[in-house]
Amino acid sequence: MKRAGGLATAALTAAALTVLLTGCEGVQSALDPAGHQAGRIAGLWWLFLGVLTVIYLLVLAGLLIAAIRPRRRGRLHQGPAFAKEPPIERRLTRGLTAWAVGTGVIILTLTGLSYAVDRDVLGLTGRAELEIEVTAKQWWWQVKYNDPVPSRSFETANEIRLPVGVPVRVVLKSQDVIHSFWVPNLHGKTDLIPGRVNETTLTADREGRFRGQCAEFCGFQHANMALDVLAMPRDRFDAWRAAQLSSAPAPGDALQEQGRQVFLSSACVMCHTIHGTSAASRVGPDLTHVAGRLSLAAGTLPYNKGNLAGWIADPQRIKPGTRMPVTGLSPDQLQGVVAYLDSLK
Amino acid sequence: MSARSEKPVIRRDGPALGEAETHRRLSLSWATPPGLWGWLSSVDHKQVGRRYIVTAFVFFLLAGLLALAMRMQLSGPERTLLSPDRYNQIFTMHGTTMMFLFAVPVMEAFAIFLVPLMVGTRAIAFPRLNAFSYWVYLAGGVMLWVAFILNAGPDVGWFAYVPLSGPQFSPGKRVDFWAQMITFTEVAALAVSVEIIVTVFKQRAPGMSLNRIPLFVWGQLVTSFMVVFAMPAVMVSSSMLIMDRLIGTHFFNPAEGGDALLWQHLFWFFGHPEVYIIFLPATGFVSSILPTFARRPIFGYTALVLALFATGFLGFGLWVHHMFATGLPHLGNSFYTAASMTIAIPSGIQIFCWIATLWDGRPRFATPLLFVIGFIVVFVLGGLSGIMLASVPLDSQAHDTYFVVAHFHYVLIGGAVFPLFGAVYYWFPKFTGRMLSERAGAWNFWLFFIGFNLTFFPMHILGLIGMPRRVYSYPAGMGWDGPNLLASAGAVILAAGVATFLGNV
Amino acid sequence: MSSPFHSAVRTALLAIPLAGLGLAACDREDREPRGAPVGDSGPAAITQGSLYAGEPSPPRPSHREYENNAYHLSQGKQLYTSFNCNTCHANGGGGIGPALMDDKWIYGGTLDNIYATIVQGRPNGMPSFRNKIPEQQVWQLAAYVRSLSGQTPKAASPSRNDTLNAKPAEQRMPKEEPKGSSPGGPNLEGRQ
Repeated sequence: MKRAGGLATAALTAAALTVLLTGCEGVQSALDPAGHQAGRIAGLWWLFLGVLTVIYLLVLAGLLIAAIRPRRRGRLHQGPAFAKEPPIERRLTRGLTAWAVGTGVIILTLTGLSYAVDRDVLGLTGRAELEIEVTAKQWWWQVKYNDPVPSRSFETANEIRLPVGVPVRVVLKSQDVIHSFWVPNLHGKTDLIPGRVNETTLTADREGRFRGQCAEFCGFQHANMALDVLAMPRDRFDAWRAAQLSSAPAPGDALQEQGRQVFLSSACVMCHTIHGTSAASRVGPDLTHVAGRLSLAAGTLPYNKGNLAGWIADPQRIKPGTRMPVTGLSPDQLQGVVAYLDSLK
Repeated sequence: MSARSEKPVIRRDGPALGEAETHRRLSLSWATPPGLWGWLSSVDHKQVGRRYIVTAFVFFLLAGLLALAMRMQLSGPERTLLSPDRYNQIFTMHGTTMMFLFAVPVMEAFAIFLVPLMVGTRAIAFPRLNAFSYWVYLAGGVMLWVAFILNAGPDVGWFAYVPLSGPQFSPGKRVDFWAQMITFTEVAALAVSVEIIVTVFKQRAPGMSLNRIPLFVWGQLVTSFMVVFAMPAVMVSSSMLIMDRLIGTHFFNPAEGGDALLWQHLFWFFGHPEVYIIFLPATGFVSSILPTFARRPIFGYTALVLALFATGFLGFGLWVHHMFATGLPHLGNSFYTAASMTIAIPSGIQIFCWIATLWDGRPRFATPLLFVIGFIVVFVLGGLSGIMLASVPLDSQAHDTYFVVAHFHYVLIGGAVFPLFGAVYYWFPKFTGRMLSERAGAWNFWLFFIGFNLTFFPMHILGLIGMPRRVYSYPAGMGWDGPNLLASAGAVILAAGVATFLGNV
Repeated sequence: MSSPFHSAVRTALLAIPLAGLGLAACDREDREPRGAPVGDSGPAAITQGSLYAGEPSPPRPSHREYENNAYHLSQGKQLYTSFNCNTCHANGGGGIGPALMDDKWIYGGTLDNIYATIVQGRPNGMPSFRNKIPEQQVWQLAAYVRSLSGQTPKAASPSRNDTLNAKPAEQRMPKEEPKGSSPGGPNLEGRQ
């Protein structure tokens, strides 16, 4: 029995180590912080892990010793347990008191540390220099960069770009059900709740590409509601922002022109906006600069012409249940549309 | 001739009645009538208790099969075994069945069977209400599963947040079945809790003061009080949801003055005590099994009882820790952090007392004791990950990820299913008259223990490296493939453990 | 004791007929987000009368797929707002365009008629959405329009909005049977 236990423990430990060595880095990892808040939270996590692992090992050790420690034969408690308190009872009672007090002290300390980190993480609110409004819809993210000058506001979808080192206030709204905005490398999650306006602040400490994902079950395609977050130096960010304010470029060749015609005369125009054309519907994502984005369909596919064509041809195969229908374009029409959209950098 | 010999005086009771007459009259009152109708209409608490246990285990197996299906789907990236709609129904049914149709009813079942025996009374209070509660529970469970088979199973998660479960975003009758099932099962739970409270307070044998009742009975008593205070919240909220969906009220419609968060508050006010409703009876199992196999009276009876009270009381002050991400005021959230951490203290006291009992005893490692040891190993780890989740900043990263899935499976399977298996092995002879095989029991335990840890430990890592909950598939290249495959392999071993159990019984 | 075993066997026996029922899936709750394959043409064989627009034709079996299905009706309701039908038809009460929740149908009130109206457009302001709205979505919209006058089963019709409610939910709308047109011609009292 004990040998089986020992073998099992060894096997499990080996499995655990294998899993642990998977690595903590990742574009969507809370243990690979790239922002101020995520850094503080990760630090708190390692501290908690250390303290609680020690406690767990203590409990396991106590259990193990209790199970296998040698006992003097023939020593059974005789008589009612509360007649005359044997010394072991007193020792155990003292141990219990010490344990309860010790637990209480540790709990109090951990609570205090947690509170301190919480205040620190909140401290950035109010110092934001940039404001982004994210409206979650089933199953994509509408992102609006607000500016005090209204003509300098613009919209994009499923992608957020930030300047490094600048706190960004993200205003969170939902148009339908509860979603949750989560970019683990930068900060914890905050829900987007219809009827409420929530807020969070993101600060990227280093350049990089990160991935966020919806973290509150929101229906069919909750699994495929991700977004790309790109942190870059301030000057590159300003350049990108200026480019986003421009309207869509005119078609460069005949195929693109044909594509634009198809776009404006078929189902596409019913749902999408392309600034500079007559397409101005707000049902689906803004496509004015779609070719410059990192991915399509809320992070489901990396952006390239092939994926764009596949997505338009049959969105229901890639993301069944998505609100974009099968549009029934002919192959020539599809080629034109893809060529046109690919020119919208 | 005297009048006395012509008209016999009928005595109701008393010493003048002989043994045979007493026995005859008691049998008339308390025996189960013969035949199928007698079997169906039995109010014998042992019969009803056995019925509850078997039904609850059938639901456990059904929900377990659903879990296997989920793990097959998630064993690799972008698998297409299950469509999104089917997967959403499956994970909802898995959670709903486990929480409402298995975990609480099986704990009640043991109470129904054992509490009257342990307090020394002939039958549970309100025996007809007891039988009624079983049939209501069965009806609710069958209704939900028939709906699931007919593609009308709920697909909004076991806690069905509005507005997703509301009238606009969940068309059809799926969520209505779910909400109606809640009412059925909660009525059953309330009925049983009332019976337990009355039995313990009013029907104890002479000389059995409250400080002498077994810890199992204390556990069930505190649980019953928790049920009485917690269940109405979910019944109210599910009724409000039905009204919103069917007759157009606006409880959860922000545009017309309602509030989507109201649902969360009402549900979690029930939902958090619910997990203690599942856990406290299991502590009763442990406190019963341990003294037998450690061959020593339980250490710290008073401390354990006080820990039960503290858990039951504190359990009602924690619910907002399920809502830390919703944007509630931060100072308020911190209060719930403190409360959530504090509840670790009574649990810690209980663990100490149990280990102390083992320490000072002479353990005999039979199957029930194995499960108790497994319980301590698994539950304490789950409790510690719970302390991590109690912290607002840590929860902001781990909420709604596989870290939480790992945590609650560790505390629920570790804290309730392990003791439950131990209790089945322990009390099987009492319930059925035959012994279970020790060898198969050991196999059962080790397969279950190893399979469980292989399945759920990697999920802690998955959550921290970014995998959210309730996703029907995940993209390749995120680093999630390995742990998911390991978890799926572990699930197969876990299933083998359960199969061993089935073979054994 | 075999009592628990017997109970289990009895439960299993009960489950078999229930499982058999499962083979007859509940169409009302189907969630079919993909329409007919591309290339399958629309209601090419709408057998409408040739005497006047709006002569009723017998309903085709495929209508059940849309009118009896809760998912399609709720999608139709979302599309009604997305595609701005309420600009002219309000929430069914009409304004610039005719009311959709009453019993007066200028161009016929069957599912096929409404499909044809949306796809072809109509005089005096109804645009043609041919090639603009994919076929499945037109069916969803047409089914939803039928629910506005209570023609769809109550179990499948949408319930109240999660927004401001300007009218009772579709599942509580009274059933307004389309007035049978006189054999001589269309019902000309339509416009208000």
